[in-house]
Parts: sequence; C-alpha cells; structure tokens
Amino acid sequence: MGMMVRNVTNWGRSGLSDWLVQRMSAVVLAAYTVFLASVFVQHPDLTFAEWHAFFDITWVKLFTLLTVLAVVGHAWIGLWTVATDYIKPAFARFFFLIVVGITLFVYLVTTATALWG
Amino acid sequence: MNRKRPVNLDLMTIKQPIAAIASILHRASGVFLLAGVGFLIWMLSQSLDSRQGFEAVRTLLQEPFPKFALWVTLSAVIYHFVAGLKHLVMDMGIGETKEGVKMMSIGVLAIAAVLIVLTGVWIWA
Repeated sequence: MGMMVRNVTNWGRSGLSDWLVQRMSAVVLAAYTVFLASVFVQHPDLTFAEWHAFFDITWVKLFTLLTVLAVVGHAWIGLWTVATDYIKPAFARFFFLIVVGITLFVYLVTTATALWG
Repeated sequence: MNRKRPVNLDLMTIKQPIAAIASILHRASGVFLLAGVGFLIWMLSQSLDSRQGFEAVRTLLQEPFPKFALWVTLSAVIYHFVAGLKHLVMDMGIGETKEGVKMMSIGVLAIAAVLIVLTGVWIWA
C-alpha cells in the first residue's frame, strides 16, 4: 500500500475504485442506450407532444439524469486514463483534464435544465 | 544483446493483432464520444425546449451532413457499447486466453459492423 501510486486527478484515487465505477457506470449507460433505442424503434414518428410527455415521466427524468451522471464518471475515468497514457507534459495533461471537466459539467447542467428547467 | 539489431517502432508498418485493433478503436470511439455525447445532449435539450426547437432538430436531421454526423456519433456509441460488453464478459473470467481474446475481438468488430450498417439503413432509408 505504501508504494501505491496516488494521483489527485483520478476519480476514486485508486485503480480498484476507478475499475468499479467504470463498470457500474457502463451498465447504466448500456441499459439507457438499449432503452432509448427501443423507444425510437417502436415509435418512429414521435410528435413533440409525445416526446415531451415521455420526458415528463418522473422515472424517465431520473433515469436520464442518472445516465448523464454515469457519463460524467465514465468519461472522466476513461479520458484520465487516455491522458495519462498519451499526454506526458503535466501542464498539457492538466489543461486537457480541466477542459474535460468543464465540458462534462456543462453536459450535466444542460441535461438537468432540459429536464426540469 | 546485439546493439545493432534492426529496430522497428513505426506503428504504421507493424501488423497489429486483431485484439489491438479492437482495443484502440474502443479508446478512439470513447475519446470521440466526449464530443458526440455533446451533440446528443444538445439535440435532447433543443427538442424538449419547445415545439419550434423539436421541429428545428427534425429539420436539421433531414440535411445530409447532420445525418452523417448522427450516424458517425451513433456508430461510436455502438462500437464503444459492444467493445465494453467484451470487457464485462472477460471480467466474469470468460475468454481470458490468447485465442479467446482473438475470437471475441473478431466478434466485437463483426457485431458492431452489423449494427452500424443497420443504423445507417435506419437513418437514410
């Protein structure tokens, strides 16, 4: 444990925690993808009224919000891994991760506003 | 070790195993999806905002380039999804051999290709 490499920018501060968050978020993302794809396949000609009513259902709102939260965690861990592998200068890596963090925050706010705004 | 041995580190000329190709595509699709998810969330936000916003998205998606952008984005979603399932299967201890990984990588590429073509048919037909 003493020799474990700690990095302040990884999600759970440990590889095992990141591994678990990545899998749990993946299951949420996969479930929502199949769910939304089946809605589009079963209702190819959705009207605005139907589309709006669908996203007025509380559990659809919550499932959508949960999915965007999963995107935030999943994308952070994935892009942290990619940045750590390919962007060697510390400044460039932090700058990249700051841009990623801001982008994911905007996605979360945009979705929450679209659902409840 | 012979210090004058020929060394080739040019990735473009090294024949990559199928598992390496499947893996780098998983990464590349993931990086691309940071932008792709933005496009999807933007469409969701516009379409729920008002009737005008909904019709604007519908009209936009009848244009050739936005249709192509949607297909590329959904292709990245599909590939990343199928390649991710491979990880979940392997976490259960299935296919953790050299041959197993090769077979599953071929499976990932084949299943994703079929779904991507079907999505193209759904978008353009």
